This record gives sequence, structure tokens and C-alpha cells, in this order.
Amino acid sequence: MRRGPSWFNLVSVTLGFAFLYLPIVLLVAWSFNASKLVTVWGGFSTKWYAALLQDQQLLAAAWVTVRVGLLSATIATVLGTLAAIALVRGGRFRGRTMFSGMVYAPLVMPEVIMGLALLLLFVAISVDRGFWTVMLAHTTFALSYVAVVVHSRLVTFDRALEEAAQDLGCTPAQSFMKVTLPNIFPAVLAGWMLAFTLSLDDLVIASFTSGPGATTLPMRIYSQVRLGVTPEINAVCTLLIAVVATGIIIFSLTQKWRTGAAARAEA
Amino acid sequence: MSRPPSAGRAGKPAKPEGRRLNIGAVRSTFAPWNDPDAVPLVRFEGVTKRFGSHTAVDNVSLDIYPGEFFALLGPSGCGKTTLMRMLAGFETLDAGRITLAGQDLAGVPPHQRPVNMMFQSYALFPHLTVEQNIAFGLKQEGLPRGEIAARVLEMLDLVKLTPFARRKPDQLSGGQKQRVALARAVARKPKMLLLDEPLGALDKKLREETQFELMDLQVELGVTFLIVTHDQEEAMVMADRIAVMGEGRTVQVGRPEEIYETPSSRYVAEFLGDVNLFETRVEAIEHPMAHLEARETKAGFYVLDDDCPGPGSTVWLAVRPEKMRISLDPPAEGSRNVLAGEIWDIGYTGDWTNYIVELPGEKLVRVARANSQRFVERPIGWDDKVWVSFDPDAGVVLTS
Repeated sequence: MRRGPSWFNLVSVTLGFAFLYLPIVLLVAWSFNASKLVTVWGGFSTKWYAALLQDQQLLAAAWVTVRVGLLSATIATVLGTLAAIALVRGGRFRGRTMFSGMVYAPLVMPEVIMGLALLLLFVAISVDRGFWTVMLAHTTFALSYVAVVVHSRLVTFDRALEEAAQDLGCTPAQSFMKVTLPNIFPAVLAGWMLAFTLSLDDLVIASFTSGPGATTLPMRIYSQVRLGVTPEINAVCTLLIAVVATGIIIFSLTQKWRTGAAARAEA
Repeated sequence: MSRPPSAGRAGKPAKPEGRRLNIGAVRSTFAPWNDPDAVPLVRFEGVTKRFGSHTAVDNVSLDIYPGEFFALLGPSGCGKTTLMRMLAGFETLDAGRITLAGQDLAGVPPHQRPVNMMFQSYALFPHLTVEQNIAFGLKQEGLPRGEIAARVLEMLDLVKLTPFARRKPDQLSGGQKQRVALARAVARKPKMLLLDEPLGALDKKLREETQFELMDLQVELGVTFLIVTHDQEEAMVMADRIAVMGEGRTVQVGRPEEIYETPSSRYVAEFLGDVNLFETRVEAIEHPMAHLEARETKAGFYVLDDDCPGPGSTVWLAVRPEKMRISLDPPAEGSRNVLAGEIWDIGYTGDWTNYIVELPGEKLVRVARANSQRFVERPIGWDDKVWVSFDPDAGVVLTS
């Protein structure tokens, strides 16, 4: 049998990746365009990045997004992990099926409906929309994703480890902190990163639940794009890509380093 | 460790008078269960556990004495593990009670029970090194650092794992993991060590070695061991006493040789080792002997009448394969318990040869013979006509 990819494989893979990444590459390239026109190349320049630092509105939006992301991801991780534990370890408590359904429903719920529902709720209880409502909304849907990630790790986690910890003098809470959590930590961290990323790029739910003074970066970008794409927006997006990419690279490097260390110790 | 001399007799002597069960164990002087003054360490009293409609443990009562090596033996699903987990505190009781050193354990959570368990999967903490695993329980106890370090070194030395102290569990072999699990469980000096199928994951050679290591360790530490196993050989080699379990009940409790040589029922006889069972009718009792007639083969048996009911009743005669003789020549005139048959199958295992002999009425019996000689004049072969016989005291009469 012939080794290596066939022409068909090469072409389809190239086209597939091009479709996925060419727009991003173009966006990054245009962000270094000296010209103000997005369709004309006027030479290399980083002036739009400098301009970003002057754009108070954009910086404020970025700051709101980061704060919403950090806070909602952290709360969602705690709540989602607890939900996953209840589902895996809680046994057959009353209403378990309904609980699991309700935990996972936001995964398949259209964002528009969730956003609208949350908006109606906040209006009904007359809460001023702003930073805290966006944060709550993000926590609500990110929690489901964390629960899924942690749940899948917990079901493969040997229950005997917790029993061994209790046998050796731990209360159930101590056995969770000292044995379960250290072992499921990669999944909890992955859940946190997922929650943070979801919060970072959410536009729909934020639009419904945000108020004056709490414009997130995606909202800001979207509203500016409606007035026309500027190189400045390209620069912001490039920075966002850089942040996310760096996070993913660091995460995979640490994973690689850990397995590498284990393999070295084995030898 | 000193063993208290027993007050009672070690085993029930078999008739004829003056003869006793063939006991190989060196610990035959250790028998607190025969001593009316001995105080049990653990008492199971009418312990019952149900899972839904299934009764996993059914009204079990057992006493386990300090310093004893006690085995719960039975097939999977017989409730032995559930019984152990109730003692460790991982299962609640539906009825009955368990006391440890006089204290009722009801409502005492696992982390406050003075017992430690070695799990079947070992349950080593994968994120901790060998020494951290062993130190885990000691830290929970709040011992001073120096003392923990000293105890960990002592335990590492005990299980011969000192060079592996800094390794993580996934860098250890199965046998090493087993020893870490053992060291971790005994590090806290529990009143009792519970071992759930401790040798199940090891290969045969290692299992045999480890059996003796565990026995030595138990004597050295002076800790009471309760072991759960489905492997009868493991239980027989290691335990002072065995409780044979079936369908949630204890069927028979006794020394290994008592259970093997004087099983109380067909279930026990068949579960421990191989046995030939003959369904028979009691013809006559001539104390201390009984005449039986086999249903299928119509052969007459002449055996000890231990607990044998009166003439006319149905009983089963159990004879172990190694207690039967096989020969190509007919035995002397007037010999008792002789069965004529034909070789049906031969299983050669090196040290032993198992002959499956077909008797009239298509009844198969198994005869085991030690291959004590390398050369014989005429080996027994397939389709040979053979005579199978056994001594009057070789069989056990069973009523259930």
C-alpha cells in the first residue's frame, strides 16, 4: 500500500484549513496596514495598536470583558464542579433526572432565548442592568459547560480513592479537598478556561443583559463594525487572538511537560 | 508475638477414637474461639443488608478474636465484601449491629473507626509519592512531623520499598503497589486491618510469596486481619479461621482443615477443592459405622456414621479425590468401598494426575494421585478397567 497522503487528501486538507484560518490570517495582516482603508495595502505599520491605547471606550470595554470573564468563570467553575459532584456522587436523590436536565439545558438553549429570558427576569425584579447582570448571565450558561467537563472526569475517577482517604481519617469534605480535587484539577482548570473563553466572546447574551456603562468588548466591536471595519478593530481582534492562543499554548505545554516528566521518571 | 495457649481442643477429633484431623498448621495452639473467657475484638450480631429487594448480607453473626487472621471466603456476590465494607463504615446496616472492642459502631463514620482497609484496587493516591501515600493517614492523625517521618521510614523498610519512596504510584509494578497499599493501611497501627482481595491482581508466583509475607507481617505487627477472598487456597494457607459464605449467609466457620475435611454441607464441600458426591440411602447403622447404598451406581458403602440419620434417609457421601485410590488390579477379597469403572479422562498436571473414572450408571468420579514416582511398571491409560477404593474414614456423610 502506498504511504503518505493522496492528492485528494492534500487538497481537501489545504482547502479546509484555508477556509478556517485564511480570514484570521487576513485580519491579522490588515491590522498592520498603514492605510486607513481596509482594502488597500499602504505598507507595514503598528500605529493602530498605538491608537488603541488612546481609545478610552475600547479600553473600558476590554476591562469590563476581562472582569466579567474572570469573575463569571470562577463562580461558574465552583458551581459547575459542585453540580457535577452532585450528579456523579449524589446517588439517586429525588429529582436527580430533572436536576441533570436543568444543568445541561443551557448547552442546547438558543442564546437569543436565554438572553431574552434573563432580560425579562432582570426587568421583572427591576434590577439595574450593568456589570453584575452580565456577570450573572455568563455564570449561568458557563456553569453548564464546566459541569459537563468536570462530570466526564469524575465518572472515570475511582471512588475507592475517596473511600481510602476517609478510611485514613478524612471527613468527606477533607477527602474531596485532599484527594479528589488534586486529581480532577486539570478538568476543573479546563472548565474554567472554557468558561472564560465563552464569556470573552459572548455577544448575544451580553447584549440582552448589559446596560449603560457595562459594554463588553464584543459588543463594542460589533457596534463599531456596523459603522465600518477600521484597522483599529483588526488590531483589537489580533490582540484577542494572541491572548487566547497564548493561553492554549501554555496549557498544552504544561500538559506535555507533565506527561514528559512522568515518562522520564518511568525510564 | 506470643500466642495464648488454648484452653480447649484444637479440632474436633474424627472417629475412630485416637485419630485426629490431619492438621498441618503450626498455629494450632492459637484457638481463642475455643476459650470461653476470650473476648472477641469484633462481633457481628445478626447483621443484615439489603440492596432493594436483594438481601446481600442475611443475618450474619460472627466473632473475630484479637490477633486472629480471619478469612471471609465465598464466590462473587455472596456478600463477603459488603460485610467487610459495613465494618469499615462504607455501608450502613439494615438490621443487627457490629461492635469493635465493645464499642457499637452504629453511626460512627469511616474516618473515626479504628480499622484500616486495603482496597482491592489498592486505591493509591496518584498525585502523591509512595512516602506521601504512607504518610497520608499519619498527617490526618496530626502526629508531629518527626514522628511521621520516622514511621514512614519504618513502614518503607517493612515492605522493602525504601528505594522507591519518591516514586509516584504509576511508576510502580503491581506487586510494589500492593505493598504500598499495605504499608499505608498499617501505618496508623489500626486495631484491625481489612484486606479486600489483597492478592487478586498479582500473578500466581507472586501471590504465593505474598501469602507468606502477609502471614509473617501479621504475626510481626500483632494486628487482627480480616481478609475477603474468593480464592480458597489463599484463605486456607493464610487464615486461622475461615467463614465460608453463600447467598449472604455464613455457611460454615472453622479452621481451614475443619472446613476442608469435615464440611457441613455439599455447598462447602464443593466450594473448597474437588469432591465426589454420592447420593445414597442409609441401609443400616452399626455404630460407629454406617452402611449406605448409592442411588445411581447401586454400590454399597461402609463409612463412619458421624451425624448420620437413621436407616431409610437420604444422605450424601463426600469423598475427596486425593483420598481415593485407583489401581489396575482388583483389591483383596472382602475389601469395602470398592468401585469398578473405566477411565474416562486423564488430566496430568505434573505433580498430580487426575483420573476421571466412569462408574456403572454413567456416574463420573475424580481420583487424584500424586506422581511420587518417575517410573511405573504399567501406567494407567485411557479406557483401562480400573478399581477405585477408599478407606471407611475417608468419606464424610452430609445431610444437606
